Amino acid sequence: MLKLENIEVYYGHVHALKGVSLEVHEGELVSILGANGAGKTTTLMTISGIIRPRKGMVTYQNIDLTKLIPEGIVLHGIVQCPEGRRIFGSLNVMENLRMGAVRRKERDEVKNDLEWVFNLFPVLKTRIHQTGATLSGGEQQMLAIGRALMAKPRLLMLDEPSLGLAPLVVQEIFKVIQQLHQQGVTILLVEQNARQAMAIADRCYLLETGQVALSGTAAELKSNIALEQFYLGGMAK
Amino acid sequence: MTSLTLIEFLIQQAINAISIGSLYALMAIGLAMVYGILRLINFAHGDLIMVGSYATLFLTIAGVPFWIAAVGGIAASGLTGLIMERVAYRPIRGAQDVSMLLTSFAVTIFLENMGILLFNPTSRPFPAPDFLNSALNFGALRVNSVDIIAIVVAGILLVLLTFFITRTDAGTSMRAVSQDLLASRLMGININRVFVTAFGIGSLLAGVVGILWSARVGKIDPLMGFYPVLKAFVASVIGGLGSLPGAVLGGYILGILEILLQGILPSFLTPFRDAFVFGILIILLLFRPNGLLGSTEKEKF
Amino acid sequence: MQTNEKKTLSSLVTGLILVAFFFGLLAFINLGTSSYIQRIVIGLCISIILVVSLNLSSGFTGVFSLGHIGFMAIGAYTAAILTLPLSLKLSYLPDLPAWLENTQLSFLPATIIGGVIAMLVALFIGISIMRLTGPYVSVATLGFMVIVNVVLTNWDSMTRGARTFSGVPPYTNLWWVGGWTVVTIYVIWRLARSSFGRQMMAIRDNYIAAQSLGINVLRMRLLAFCVSAFFTAVAGSLWAHFIQSFSPKAFLFDETFNIIIMLIVGGMGSISGSVIGVVGITILSEVLRNAERGVNLGFVQIPPVYGASQILMAVIFILLIIFRSEGIMGKRELDFSRIFSFLFRKTKRKEAASQ
Repeated sequence: MLKLENIEVYYGHVHALKGVSLEVHEGELVSILGANGAGKTTTLMTISGIIRPRKGMVTYQNIDLTKLIPEGIVLHGIVQCPEGRRIFGSLNVMENLRMGAVRRKERDEVKNDLEWVFNLFPVLKTRIHQTGATLSGGEQQMLAIGRALMAKPRLLMLDEPSLGLAPLVVQEIFKVIQQLHQQGVTILLVEQNARQAMAIADRCYLLETGQVALSGTAAELKSNIALEQFYLGGMAK
Repeated sequence: MTSLTLIEFLIQQAINAISIGSLYALMAIGLAMVYGILRLINFAHGDLIMVGSYATLFLTIAGVPFWIAAVGGIAASGLTGLIMERVAYRPIRGAQDVSMLLTSFAVTIFLENMGILLFNPTSRPFPAPDFLNSALNFGALRVNSVDIIAIVVAGILLVLLTFFITRTDAGTSMRAVSQDLLASRLMGININRVFVTAFGIGSLLAGVVGILWSARVGKIDPLMGFYPVLKAFVASVIGGLGSLPGAVLGGYILGILEILLQGILPSFLTPFRDAFVFGILIILLLFRPNGLLGSTEKEKF
Repeated sequence: MQTNEKKTLSSLVTGLILVAFFFGLLAFINLGTSSYIQRIVIGLCISIILVVSLNLSSGFTGVFSLGHIGFMAIGAYTAAILTLPLSLKLSYLPDLPAWLENTQLSFLPATIIGGVIAMLVALFIGISIMRLTGPYVSVATLGFMVIVNVVLTNWDSMTRGARTFSGVPPYTNLWWVGGWTVVTIYVIWRLARSSFGRQMMAIRDNYIAAQSLGINVLRMRLLAFCVSAFFTAVAGSLWAHFIQSFSPKAFLFDETFNIIIMLIVGGMGSISGSVIGVVGITILSEVLRNAERGVNLGFVQIPPVYGASQILMAVIFILLIIFRSEGIMGKRELDFSRIFSFLFRKTKRKEAASQ
């Protein structure tokens, strides 16, 4: 479904992504792992069209995404839930969710999706008129995911949903992510929390300073000694 | 003429203050909208008043009845604002704040000198119809009709705007973009359309202010936009830049402050009234660096 | 010699060469060119002082002062009031307080006093304004410009209010202007090169990081603001004694824009850039202003279009911001010592070759 081929991305002179290639197939939950600064967020931003690659191809069902503006990419069903959640703090829960659906015309379907989101995250329904800034971290994350879901994603990209959240909350979030996966949503999950990610992912890619260091099914990676070294000893490099 | 009782005097001054405040508020909203979304301080906003007023003037000279000419003037302001956005501001979107500020400076110099070139630098009378500029008498109370009209028009527009901002998707999108541009793009919000809407509404409001302002003052000239936009800035800054309710609040506070100072200051100090207003602004910024409704987080030095 | 000593010596030599060259140039202009050219050069030097001062405050510390021209006004009026001949004082400013009525100072002390007063005003308002960021500080400085304008326009007894203040003795000449230009550039250059300057640039580039390094942002900005105000006022005095008559209206937006465009063209944060910017824009303005009177190209006549030069400048400015917002020099400086050593090396090689 989604294919990245040899993406080269620069921030000014800094070579952020050095020939990254990856694939996401329909219905899969693929995870991108890696330490800070490895290029995970850059990858997602490139897919979303916020950053343009200097070289390489980003195709989604044979459509070249690098030729589209970010708004257009969202219309194709590729929606990102960004790092740090970035909900609209001065808007209330309902308005945040409505903003996710703002490009959609089918009123009834939107209403159904709203119900769907409230079923996934009952807490949001209780806070429906509260402004985003007053929500807790976990609730904000749920709101962010809900907002992204309102855009009717065919490919949902999540950037570090566990960031800054208490372990119990993280578990809840990941349960929902798994639920979505089971409901058939294709998911690209970026995570530093490798353990949690590998527990629910079908396949994983490990990014290291802008390159794909390892890739394979979650099972393969779990037993991979290199991965252990990476997390335990590799950082000292 | 019988002299006024204290109450009547206060009412007269209050109407004066609220009327001027209304005009400042409407101007400030346009500025705040654009700043909130683009982080751009649009100095040229004042010149939209000039464009609208001159358009109205020429339409009336061409024989068009005032009503239609006024609508034409407002439309001209709106159009100029949109052209401004497309030609001068969109290409530099994402540039540093300073660059955008300076560009708006350049745009205002451009428009003002164009005005001087095309229309004479000398002022011309504004053809306001009688009902816009007649004195209404309530006993000893004398009120200018334009003041009442300004207050009413502003009230209606503010209600409409509030509805737009809070109840419609377009308005909510504007609030979203103002809050977090990146997140808005990731949700697929069409930011070009939001920018255009903000500029359009702001410019139309400037056009309305133009008609009322010119009716109040009675004459127009190419540099007429300078003081209004400066005042609108002050109003916006008082309330907190980028905040729409702040702009409205700031506008009315400024209007009241001006009239208050005019009354309180001893006569040898009244010409310095504007200096006092700015002085008070600077003092305000000392305590509230982000305006009244802005965040109270101070820069820690 | 150690490298450090070598460096200081080489920059000293470079500086002296530049200054000598500059004064030589002035001498030539003084003797060998028309008074029209002389007037342009005087104006040019005054602009250099204004732009370099603004650069110190805005370009180096990132605090964009839109109302800086208020300091120019303070300098102009203060110095002019002080140097006005006693006889004229009686007729023009009959309501001056007695101690002023009987004072007449010469050019240098009057100018310096103007500068000091501006500096004190800068200190006073700077304490509140320098805490602000971004657009707030710009609007606040704009407020300052308006306050100065209102005060000058209404303080009739001191300033003749909105009426023209004339009769200012024509003290300004190429030497005064040249001297002050050198002093200004030297002082600001030294400030920029010192550790103070490096701290300032750190603030400009990332003030939160600078704070965490312990740099006292407020004090730095205030210092830059005050020094900048001093020299801006000096320029005001020079200008007053050049033009000889002016009114508060001269110190508003139009002048502000001219200075700003020179600053941007040259590059905020570069002193040599400011000089280049001033020279470039001055020449361009003159050309355009002459063209305003109508151009006769023989086969085609372009009619006079007054005000067109301002419009054109505004357009150029917008294009500049769009395509090259860092100006000609950006934040870099012309490295004269390298230019000189390059030239000298060439001569040495030529000598060696001819032997």
